[in-house]
Amino acid sequence: MPVITLTIDDELISGREGETLLQVIKEHGISLPTLCHMEGLSERGGCRLCIVEVAGSPRPLPACTTPAREGMVVRTRSERLENYRRMLVELMLAERNHYCAVCVSIGHCELQRVAAEMGVDHVRYEYLSPKLTMDLSHERFGLDHNRCILCTRCVRVCDEIEGVHTWDISGRGVKSRIIADLNRSWRESGTCTSCGKCVQVCPTGALFLKGAVVGEMVKDPTMLARVLEGREKKEWEG
Amino acid sequence: MNPADLHAMAREEQARQEALRCRIMVCAGTPCLSAGALAVLDALRQAVEESRLDAEIEAVSTGCMGPCSRGPLVKVAVQGKPEIVYERVTPELARQILYSVVKGRRPPTASPLPPDHPYFTRQMKIVLANCGSIDPERIEEYVATGGYDALAHALHEMTPEDVCREISASGLRGRGGAGYPAGVKWNLARKAPGERKYVVANGDEGDPGAYMDRSVMESDPHRILEGMAIAGYAIGADQGYIYVRGEYYLAGRRLEAAIRDAERKGLLGSRVLGSNFSFRIDIRTGAGAFVCGEETSLMASIMGRRGQPWHRPPYPAQRGLWGCPTLINNVETLATVPAIIGRGATWYAGIGSTRSPGTKVYALAGQVETAGLIEVPMGTTLREVVFDIGGGIPGGKRFKAAQSGGPSGGCIPAEHLDTPLDYESMERIGTIMGSGGLIIMDETSCMPDVASFFLDFCRDESCGKCIPCRVGSMEMHRLLRRITSGTAWPDDLRRLEELCDLMGATSLCGLGQTAPNPVVSTLRYFRHEYEAHIRERRCPAGRCTMAAEQEPGPGGKALLHAVGVPGEVG
Repeated sequence: MPVITLTIDDELISGREGETLLQVIKEHGISLPTLCHMEGLSERGGCRLCIVEVAGSPRPLPACTTPAREGMVVRTRSERLENYRRMLVELMLAERNHYCAVCVSIGHCELQRVAAEMGVDHVRYEYLSPKLTMDLSHERFGLDHNRCILCTRCVRVCDEIEGVHTWDISGRGVKSRIIADLNRSWRESGTCTSCGKCVQVCPTGALFLKGAVVGEMVKDPTMLARVLEGREKKEWEG
Repeated sequence: MNPADLHAMAREEQARQEALRCRIMVCAGTPCLSAGALAVLDALRQAVEESRLDAEIEAVSTGCMGPCSRGPLVKVAVQGKPEIVYERVTPELARQILYSVVKGRRPPTASPLPPDHPYFTRQMKIVLANCGSIDPERIEEYVATGGYDALAHALHEMTPEDVCREISASGLRGRGGAGYPAGVKWNLARKAPGERKYVVANGDEGDPGAYMDRSVMESDPHRILEGMAIAGYAIGADQGYIYVRGEYYLAGRRLEAAIRDAERKGLLGSRVLGSNFSFRIDIRTGAGAFVCGEETSLMASIMGRRGQPWHRPPYPAQRGLWGCPTLINNVETLATVPAIIGRGATWYAGIGSTRSPGTKVYALAGQVETAGLIEVPMGTTLREVVFDIGGGIPGGKRFKAAQSGGPSGGCIPAEHLDTPLDYESMERIGTIMGSGGLIIMDETSCMPDVASFFLDFCRDESCGKCIPCRVGSMEMHRLLRRITSGTAWPDDLRRLEELCDLMGATSLCGLGQTAPNPVVSTLRYFRHEYEAHIRERRCPAGRCTMAAEQEPGPGGKALLHAVGVPGEVG
């Protein structure tokens, strides 16, 4: 992989060809807010929080899906970007019913954390307050659509890592919903292996362990990395 | 079939038509069919049969003739005389027309559109050259007009590089709306390394009130197939797909028939026209998602996946369908190709304006005397289109604005009536060329209401992949609804503008990036209408029903008072 040089926030930084901007930025310890991105899963480019300004592009670009190129001049912070990111988080909060006080993921929620980091203390948009259901049919796990931000990490981990593709999305726009198989209840799903990976990668309280209290419902951010590392070392091949 | 056979076939069909005394054509495009064209055609055929004139008179169904709002249309072509188009023809009138033709007289009660009517004389038909004068279901008629000649010429006398060079030199730009130079795209696809390559015709036109592609697919399907085959030869593809919108049943059926006929005659399939080039075309039908007109979503849909955009780069020309280089062009772009190859790039580049050469097909709709399908050189002004070709605004009302480019476009107000319709000029005044929908509005249209209509459309069509479009369009639509129902607050306008900016800057694909355009452009030219709705609670156009005596929310009354809205402070 040839080495390339970019300018990020006025600093010359080197990366490797084939990396995304987000990878290069993270390797250099610059933090960018992300929600749909997860190390080990394919990139989606849906939450738009990691947008950065790239010289020569009229629109800000999402760092997660933009290939790093030689000579790029990138800005990760600016008033315009901060403002956009705040609005995006507010839109996410307005879309469904994110009431932290009654959520099992309070204090461990990535949406909550990102909002707090950006100083989102109120939402300037009308709450859409959709009436959404929960799926508590599975014996160990639960799905609460009210807290889902449609980042599709569960869909991707189920498809790309577990390899069964139980989860997907039905509908479109704000009517999009995570569904199991072809819209069955989770218990009736013929493909789900009950591995629980989706619960571990879910950034909010949308997927949770049934019966867990807030203190127990801490998701394991290293799970995916350990699984992938183990596979690479062939740890489980007898 | 080789080129010589092709020419023989053309000559045979030409001779057959010349032997006729008269061809009576009935428009069987979707608008005329819905106005009852089939009954007219049946009546004509019956009358021809009864009068035993089938040897000298034939009644055929054709594609779109243009002035759709005056349908059903019937065109009479008597040997050696100018063609006459009759409007609003009933079966009874059709019989009358036939008998008067036989007797060499004018039909007493049918109303003809004179051939020198500006609707016909102001147009220049390249893409629509055969629309309304050939039977789309008979390949012979297309071949008789010189069809497939350009393909034969390209295959036997040009290299793929030559073809790409010709398209580049013609200056043809993508007719789907973005106006990207077609030659550049073709060259990228030609040079992209790949075992397999694909050509895709985008026929998923979904803008409200636009039906240019549908008419070409219904009226002259072979022109699209020929354009695709030339594109396939130019980039080195052996497979093409036409992505047809699911609602276009007739277009899909006619394209299917056209593909079958072309394959039978050896104009598609293996070893086309006796050359070493093989090319197959298949149809893929959309399932009613507007976003599938966006090229990356369209490819996802062709591959059987959920119709959602993915990020570019990589561009389709590098990695498209199943990871192979893919050339995607709009139906109208591809339908232009045979004319360019057949008559030369220089000829084409000389039409229209310098930076936007050629002609453009528009679907003229809304409050205009003659609505329908037109094709004019690029750079024709909006005034010519609306007042000369379209015959002006009905009922003596005033022209207020034209919405171009559908939900991704903007409005052109009366002060810009003399704007030439080409990519750059339209962009300058805050709208886009788009795919060719032109919706004409008179003084009774309320602009916030119009913006609300388009935003509602985008809200409904958002795929939901990215936040700004999924939630932003919903929130924007709610704000607009509050404005048009007289329940908005002054700072709602600021919120609306912020959202326009956010969606335009951060959405993933063109749908979200351009969805705010109708709002931005109506705010630019008709801001006073928004303000009247918000501050005075009245709709200047008298279209919106304002909420009567509604109670402002907490602090609302004081707020309203502060900004000068009459009412007591309680």
